[in-house]
Parts: sequence; structure tokens; C-alpha cells
Amino acid sequence: MSKSKPLLSSTLGKKLIMSLTGIFLCLFLVVHLIGNLQLFKDDAGYAFNTYAHFMTNFTPIKIVSILLYLTFVLHAVYALVITRKNKAARPIGYNQSSGNANSKWNSRNMGVLGTIILIFLVTHMQNFWWKYHNDQVPYVQYEKNLDTQEVTSQALSSDEFTNYLVTYKTAENGDAIEVIKSQDLYQQVEYAFENIGLVLLYVIAMAALSFHLIHGFQSAFQTLGFKHRRYIGTIRFLGIWVFGVIIPIAFAAIPVYIYLVR
Amino acid sequence: MSEQMNLTLKVWRQKNKNEKGRFVTYQAKEISEDMSFLEMLDVVNEENTKKGEDPIYFDHDCREGICGMCSLVINGRPHGPEYGTTTCQLHMRHFHDGQTIVIEPWRAAAFPVLKDLAVDRTAFERIQQAGGYININTGGVPDANEIPIPKRIADQAFESATCIGCGACVAACKNASAALFVSAKIAQFAHLPQGQTERYERAQAMVDQMDAEGFGSCTNTGACEAECPVGIKLDNIALMNKEYFTAKLFREEDIH
Amino acid sequence: MLDSKVPSGPLAEKWSKYKFDLKLVNPANKRKFTVIVVGTGLAGSSAAASLAELGYNVKAFCYQDSPRRAHSIAAQGGINATKNYQNDGDSVYRLFYDTIKGGDYRSREANTYRLAEVAGNIIDQCVAQGVPFAREYGGLLDNRSFGGAQVSRTFYARGQTGQQLLLGAYSALNRQIHKGKVEMFNRHEMLDLVKIDGHARGIIARNLITGEIESHEGHAVLLCTGGYGNVFFLSTNAMGCNATAAWRAHKNGAFFANPCYTQIHPTCIPVSGEYQSKLTLMSESLRNDGRVWVPKTRELAQKLRKGEINVKDIKEEDRDYYLERKYPSFGNLVPRDVASRNAKEAVDDGRGVGKTGVAVFLDFEDAINRMGEDAVRAKYGNLFDMYYQITDENPYKQPMRIYPAVHYTMGGLWVDYNLMTTIPGLYALGECNFSDHGANRLGASALMQGLADGYFIIPYTVGDYLSGLGFDPVDKSHPAFEEKRKEVEDRLNKLLSLKGNKTVDDIHKELGHIMWEYCGMARTAEGLTKAKSLVQNLRKEFWQNAKVLGTNDELNMSLEKAGRVADFLELGELMIDDALNRAESCGGHFRLESQTPEGEALRKDDEFSYVSAWEYKGDNLPSELHKEDLVFENVELTQRSYK
Repeated sequence: MSKSKPLLSSTLGKKLIMSLTGIFLCLFLVVHLIGNLQLFKDDAGYAFNTYAHFMTNFTPIKIVSILLYLTFVLHAVYALVITRKNKAARPIGYNQSSGNANSKWNSRNMGVLGTIILIFLVTHMQNFWWKYHNDQVPYVQYEKNLDTQEVTSQALSSDEFTNYLVTYKTAENGDAIEVIKSQDLYQQVEYAFENIGLVLLYVIAMAALSFHLIHGFQSAFQTLGFKHRRYIGTIRFLGIWVFGVIIPIAFAAIPVYIYLVR
Repeated sequence: MSEQMNLTLKVWRQKNKNEKGRFVTYQAKEISEDMSFLEMLDVVNEENTKKGEDPIYFDHDCREGICGMCSLVINGRPHGPEYGTTTCQLHMRHFHDGQTIVIEPWRAAAFPVLKDLAVDRTAFERIQQAGGYININTGGVPDANEIPIPKRIADQAFESATCIGCGACVAACKNASAALFVSAKIAQFAHLPQGQTERYERAQAMVDQMDAEGFGSCTNTGACEAECPVGIKLDNIALMNKEYFTAKLFREEDIH
Repeated sequence: MLDSKVPSGPLAEKWSKYKFDLKLVNPANKRKFTVIVVGTGLAGSSAAASLAELGYNVKAFCYQDSPRRAHSIAAQGGINATKNYQNDGDSVYRLFYDTIKGGDYRSREANTYRLAEVAGNIIDQCVAQGVPFAREYGGLLDNRSFGGAQVSRTFYARGQTGQQLLLGAYSALNRQIHKGKVEMFNRHEMLDLVKIDGHARGIIARNLITGEIESHEGHAVLLCTGGYGNVFFLSTNAMGCNATAAWRAHKNGAFFANPCYTQIHPTCIPVSGEYQSKLTLMSESLRNDGRVWVPKTRELAQKLRKGEINVKDIKEEDRDYYLERKYPSFGNLVPRDVASRNAKEAVDDGRGVGKTGVAVFLDFEDAINRMGEDAVRAKYGNLFDMYYQITDENPYKQPMRIYPAVHYTMGGLWVDYNLMTTIPGLYALGECNFSDHGANRLGASALMQGLADGYFIIPYTVGDYLSGLGFDPVDKSHPAFEEKRKEVEDRLNKLLSLKGNKTVDDIHKELGHIMWEYCGMARTAEGLTKAKSLVQNLRKEFWQNAKVLGTNDELNMSLEKAGRVADFLELGELMIDDALNRAESCGGHFRLESQTPEGEALRKDDEFSYVSAWEYKGDNLPSELHKEDLVFENVELTQRSYK
């Protein structure tokens, strides 16, 4: 009797990590997209900025976000480990390639697609996450009439802003007014997407994401061994249409919309 | 009357495991479209022999598509351009006059080249020795009809059991993964009642050995399924994963 | 002088009583014995696994890269067993009787009965191993009627029963390799037998990868190396199938029995050209619905061959459905030998079809009109696909072309009831021996015999021999090993020194033509005499004018082939000798001198009711014929008729 080798030392175990992290990242995309759709609101960023504040300061979400960063790292690191091992499994390649005769291009190039997404992520994080967390975005003050729900906004200078602050006051007509001083990530987004290069990068990255997920989402379930006849159609639909088409297009629409419309 | 054609072959020649190989060009003349691919190589070899040149070594035996001995990557495709066909059952009518055909051996670290186009597939042997069986001795088994097996289950097991062990899955996979082969073996027994007692142990033992042989991991490209001459399905791999993860995460067992 | 060791007593009790009388080896002593198993088809794999399970050390050899590739894998139809699951009156006695009768009363009663007796155990064993036999919706095993049998006793796994059974035996073998009880030697070819004091004590094998000549010692040697159909060059055998191990054993003193008994299968895809390397069998179930015919006249046949007319242009009255015409009661379902012989007659008469003219039609037009194309597809779809893949002709639209091909050899090394050859300690199992099928083998019995020998007979009988040996290991330093090794090396060097003009394949093809023409389906004394001198000359030519390339220390297919063909040339001559001696028509063999007034096969029981066992006497010396009389205590001999 002997012990079988540990789970994570096996090729299957490593793929399990890829699968589980991949599915988690897909879930994140859904949440992220729902939040970002608020960028389409023409409310001077009131909804988006308050949402952004909530997402970065609510403790349970902060914990989840740490998990998320970890997941990204795991997904990328394991991809690297698996790719290296896979390359080693065929030291001498073929002179002729079988091309698309037996498999889809994207399924064979998940690493390439992933790398594009990674480059995108670095830019994306640097532009928004980093600047947001390091006080490099503009400031804004909203005054929201709690009776009429009207919102007005005005830019704040850095001197006028210390931290995110919600105060209340009473208007001359007696209505209750909520005053919010906030970082203006919404404005930062608009600035950023004035740059056509960045917009293009986002569109390309979302195309890569699309191809990545058309294969990846279904592949994750195949790896898990979850392949029941009853659910296979649903998984295929989600993988191709929801994660492969709708979500990447929706994400890509944001920079394009902002560039063209605002 | 059958068409005659002349072809240019670029064939991988390698004296043995240790020496470096290279492509050598041959002319295959007056090839009949009714020949099988291997018969075409026979003709070239007879020519070479008459000229005193060492014939091209390739593995083959039954020449009726069942023994799994023949191999060859033909113009980038394991077992050639036709789907669901072994090289020995591939006929020259699928090629055309004047065509250049590149013939390479299976490429995988776990399948070292022995000579020319023949590779060492004993890695597959060791994987099966690790657990591809039911632990029973000859004699003393119950009557064949004592355990009824639903036709659906028996058919599923049969579908997995049709694997001929040729290694085209490994050759086709960009990662040189043996997942399709190993999973077909695991699945056959996982389906059948006879295989239940050792099912989790078997999955672990065979996967361990598969990894030890240096095959890559499955990234679900589906190339193996597309190139499999007998139509083994990716579902087997899903089942193997499920067996293995269930064993590891919920029932870790010793293997012997 | 030939002692078959068949035990006395009633037929049905022979084997059980005999098993009890056999001496046993104490379980603790089994590990002191080593058994060599050559060949890993059904017989070899099952024997190696079963003996290892008992505790013997086993060394197993195969020339392929995996034991699983042995040609048992290609058997399509099924495996017989007397389970009587179908309640249609099957019994051990009925299977025994059918086998004896099918073999045209040229097999040994006791062996055949034992085969039928253990057949049921094989199915149990295979199911327990996880062999996925076809099942009915209720979950129980399905059976079909096969090869004209009156009962449904054939178990099957779609069209690949051989592969599934072999994978079962192979899995049992793998289990023992894993346990260290079997040491497996892939890509090794046995090139000679080593005898010490007259007993088989080892083999000389060549590692096909490195060319190393290895000596392997064992207390017993089991040859499970299949048949010798490749003497004919073209056959349904695998390319590598060869007779070298059996022939070397023969030259070392093992008698070769009934070498002229070859089975020629009527429904194969015809040869398409000189380059043809092997023939592909299609299940004979095709004859259930297909009608065999050729054009009535040579003129029509010739026009058809030249492409001047189309099949459809031949009117119904110009077609000769010769089987239906000559055998009205059996029609297209006459036994394999009759169907094959008549096809040859039609072709020899100049009425063959296809480009080469060496084929007859198997026409499904009537079946399609009667049942509809879909019904035909459901029944034969995979066979039609296979035919299409190979010939590029659509059998739904035009008749198939078929022609007989060598398929199986009933002859083989002579063995007694223990499966031991005339060399003590040397056994022959499966197609390699001669014992169970007489002059003609029934469909679905080859798989049965291989597994019966390996799983259920040899584990008993080999113990009886080993128990009398004492426990000393085989003396590997005995000069016999070095002597044989030297002989093998000399022979290989001699082969490598051949630098003539003809390739080994050229000579092999010539041998095949001679054998097919004169020692095939129909034979005459005159033709056989001619063939004998042709083969002798060809052998001379081989040793003078063959061309063998390369060196010994590499994978060298030129050398592998040469060694095999050299042995085929000698075996071919013995086949001719045997065919000459057997001046009767029996089983698959039609001697033109021995026919009934209606032109049917005439068996001569008073003269030829014996096994011809040939003893090798030395190079260029005539072999000596020993006769084992066949005694039939239980069945009455009758003449077959299909009119």
C-alpha cells in the first residue's frame, strides 16, 4: 500500500485550480460589469462614485477582493506552470501543423489570450485602481435633495477634499440635502477614454477575453467533470453567449461609448 | 482504371533513440489510388531496398485498423487527413498527383523515437499496469449473468473500451497529453459494476503513472477526440476528472 | 509411438477425472518455477496471467510493442459458449458435436469435448474482467447464431469481440506484470528453442530494438504464437504474424501436425494490385442477404472487366447465381469451404469480375428491394462502410466484389491432451497447436480455443509436468544455451550477408503465389508435386539471391522479414508434403482426385482418419510421417451434403 501523489502535484490537480479560479473570475466579471454599467448613467457619476466607494470600503467586500487578487495570481501562475510542463511534454515539435483541422484556434492559444488580458489588466489597474487608491483622481461634491432626488455636482480641488464624507444640511426650502465629498473615478474614466489608443486596447482586450471565455468557461466545467446531459446545453449557452459575447461586448461598449458620446 | 500518381515524400529519418533525426526526401512513383498509405510506403521501401538504402521503419501490424500499432503524422495530422481512420486504412485516393507529403513520428517526450517513424509507446503499458484491470484471478468468478448490467451502461463501457491504444490522442494534443487514452481505460471500468470496488484507487493509480511518464495536461482543446480513429469521446476525460477529484477530495484511498 | 494421453472413461467425465489425477505443485514451491510464454494473443496472455496468479514466475514475449496488439485482436464475430441462456437446446455435447462435424471428423474427440466443456467458464471469466459483451435491455447477455449454427450460442461485442477479449486477458496480464510475477518482453522475437537433456528449458530471443541475442531460461516453454497463414503472403493475418517460433520448435523435435489444413474464408475484399500487402475479411454474415454471382459467359465477364459494359447492363438471365444453382437447399449459405472453392472455379473459368478478374459479386440489390436500404444499413452498415473505405465503391449502388482469402490454420504443432508437444516441457496453445478444429474451423471457435487453453487447461497440465522436475533452477550456464545462441547468431549473419537482387518481399510473394495456386482450395497430386519443386527452387534462390540490408544491432525490418520468410519457405514445403499425402477431400481441402460423382468433396475415412504428425529429420531430408489414429467413440462419421 502506498499513498497516491498529492492532488496539486498532479496535472489534474493543477487544472482543478485553473478551473475553479476561472469560474470565480467569471463570477467577478458579472459583478464588475453590473457596477460599471452605472458609467452609462448621465448623473455626473453620482451612482458610480458612491458605488465605487462602497466596493472599496465595505469590509466583507474588501475580504472578497483580496481573494479575487489571489485568484488572479493563482490563475496566472498555474497557467504558467502548466504551460511550462506542457511544453516539456513535447520537446521536438512538428514540422507541419494540423492547423484548425482538429481544434479551435482559441482553445490552443489560451496562454496568448491570457497574456493579452494580463497586459490589459496591468494598464487597467494602473489607470483606475492605482490612481483611485493613491489619491490621483479628481474630486467631486454631490448635493442630493433627498425629497426630490435631484443631484447637483461640482468639482472640488484637492484642498477642499480630505476624505470621503457624507454630511447633511437643510435647504432653504426646508428640503433635506445630502452632501457627499468623493473621489471622482467617473471623471477619471472619462479622462482616460479620451485617449483613442486606450479605447482600442480595451476593445482588443475584450475580444481576447471573449475568445478566452468561449473556450474557458465550458472547459472549466469539463475539467471539473461536470458534464451531465441535462446541463451541458446551459453551460454551452452561458459560455458562448453570456461570457463569450454579451459580457465582453458590454465591457467594450463602455470606453467606446464614452469616447464617442462624451 | 485507377489513377496513378507521383508524390514527393518528406520523411523523418532517425537511426535510433540517441541520434539526431532529419527529413529525407523520397519520390513515390506510380502510386495507385487503391493503395493504402502503408502500401505506398511499402512500394517506396522496396525501391529503397533494391537501391541498397535502408528502408523507412514504421510500426504496423494488422493493417485493418484494430491493433493500434500503426502511427504516423501525415501533413500535420495523426493518421492522416481523413477522420476516424487509422493510417493503415487510409487510402491514397485522398491524395493527389504531385502532392508533397510530410511524414513525421508521434512527437512526445513520453514517446521517444526508436527509429525513423516508430516510437516507444511503453508508457501506455505502464499506465495500464498501474491499475487498468479488475483484481480477480482466473476461476472462481460468478456466472456471467449473475450481475445484470443495463444495456445503456454496457454500451457506454463498450464505447470507452474500443480504444486501440495507438497514441494518436497524444500526437494530436498540443500538450502531448494522454488524457483521452487514460480516461477511456478508467471510464470503461468506472461504468461497469465489476469495476466499482477499485474505482477510486484505479483512477489515482493510473493518473499518477500518466503524470510520471511526462505527458502534458489536458487543456480541453478536443484535438484528441477529433483525431481518434475509433471515436473515443471527451466525455471520458470529464469522467476521469470526476473520478480522480472524488477520490482525492472526498475519499482519498491508498493505492497498491 | 504418438501417445495422445487421452484419458479413458466416458467422454463427459474424462477431463474432470483427469484433472484430479494430475499432480499438483505445492503453492509454496510454485515460485521456484519459471514458465516462458511466447506470444501474447488470447492464448498467451491468458496463460501468462493465469500461471502467474498461481504463483509461477512467468516471462512473456511478443514481437509487437504491446501484448495487446497480437492478432487475436482482429477477430470480429464472437465466441461460442454453451451457456444455453437462450433456452434453445444448446449443450456441451451439442457444441462438441458441431465442432467435430464442422472439422469434418479430423479432430480429437476428447480435446474437442473439453473445449466445449470449459467454454462457459470463459464467458464468466471475461465478464468478471470487465469485458463489455453485448447485452439485452434486461441487462443479461445477448447471443447470436453464427456461422450457420442451429442455436444461438455466440457471445459478441459488436464487431470487435477479439479486441475486447484480448483486452480482458491483457488486463489480467498487466495486473501480474504490476505484481512482478510476469516479466514482459515487448519487441522481442523468439528465434530458437533451447533443450537440455531432451527437455525444453529456454529460448533464444532477439531484442528487436537493439538486436541483442538473449538467452532466457525456464522450466517449461509455452508457444502461443498463432498460425502460419502468412506462408501465403496474402492473408487476413497481421503483417508480422509468423511461424518462426513454431518452426524452430519443429526443427528441434516437435512434430508438426496437419500442416496442410488451412482455412480459406470466402468473404474477403479482393486483391486490387501487386502492391497489396494484406487482405481484409468481412463478416460472413453478409451471405445471409447477399447473392453471389458472376456473368454467365466469359465474353460478358471480359467486357465488364474492360469497362465496356456496366454491371447494370447484365440482364438477370445473363447472371449465374452459381451457389443457388448448384446448392438449392443451402444456396448462398453453404459452408466457408464450399463457397470459397466455387468462387475460385468461377474465376478460373474466366468469369471473374473487377479490374483484376479475380473476384465474384456479392449483390445486395434484392435485399435492398426487399427490406429497404435502411434495413440493410442497420444490419450491415459498418461492413458496407469498411468496404467503401477500402474500395471506394458504394455497395448500396453496385454489388460488392469478394474473393476468398487465407484466414486461419487448423494445423500446427502436435500436442497431446496436456497440450504438450513431442518435446517434454514444450507446450503449444491456441492456433499454434493442431488439436481442436480438425480440417475446418467453425466460426466463433478460435477465440474460444485460445482462451480455453490459456485460462483453463494449461494451468492444470503444466503443473503435472513441473511437479516431476525437482526445484533446481534451470542451469543457465549449460552449454546448450551458448550453442543455440551461436547458431542463431550465425543464422542472422548468414541472412545479413545476403546481397542479391531480389527483395525478401519479392520471394515471399512468389511463395504465396505458389502456395495459393497449388496448395490452396483445390489441389491435385500433380500440382502439388510441381509446387514442391518450385518451393525448393525458391528456397535455393532465397539463400543465393535475396537482399537483406542493415545490421543486426538496430531495428531492422529487412532482417526480421528475412528470418520469417526463410522459415515460411521450409514450412511451405512441409504443407505441400502433407497435402500430397492427404489424398482425400476434407474440410477446406478439395483434392480433385477425391470427389463424388456430383463433384462434391469426398472424404476417405478408411484411409485418412488420422492426424499427420511430421517429424523433422534434418535439412534437405524428407520429414517422417507419424500417424495418430483418430478414434471416434461417440460420434458417427457422415459425409457432408449441401445440395
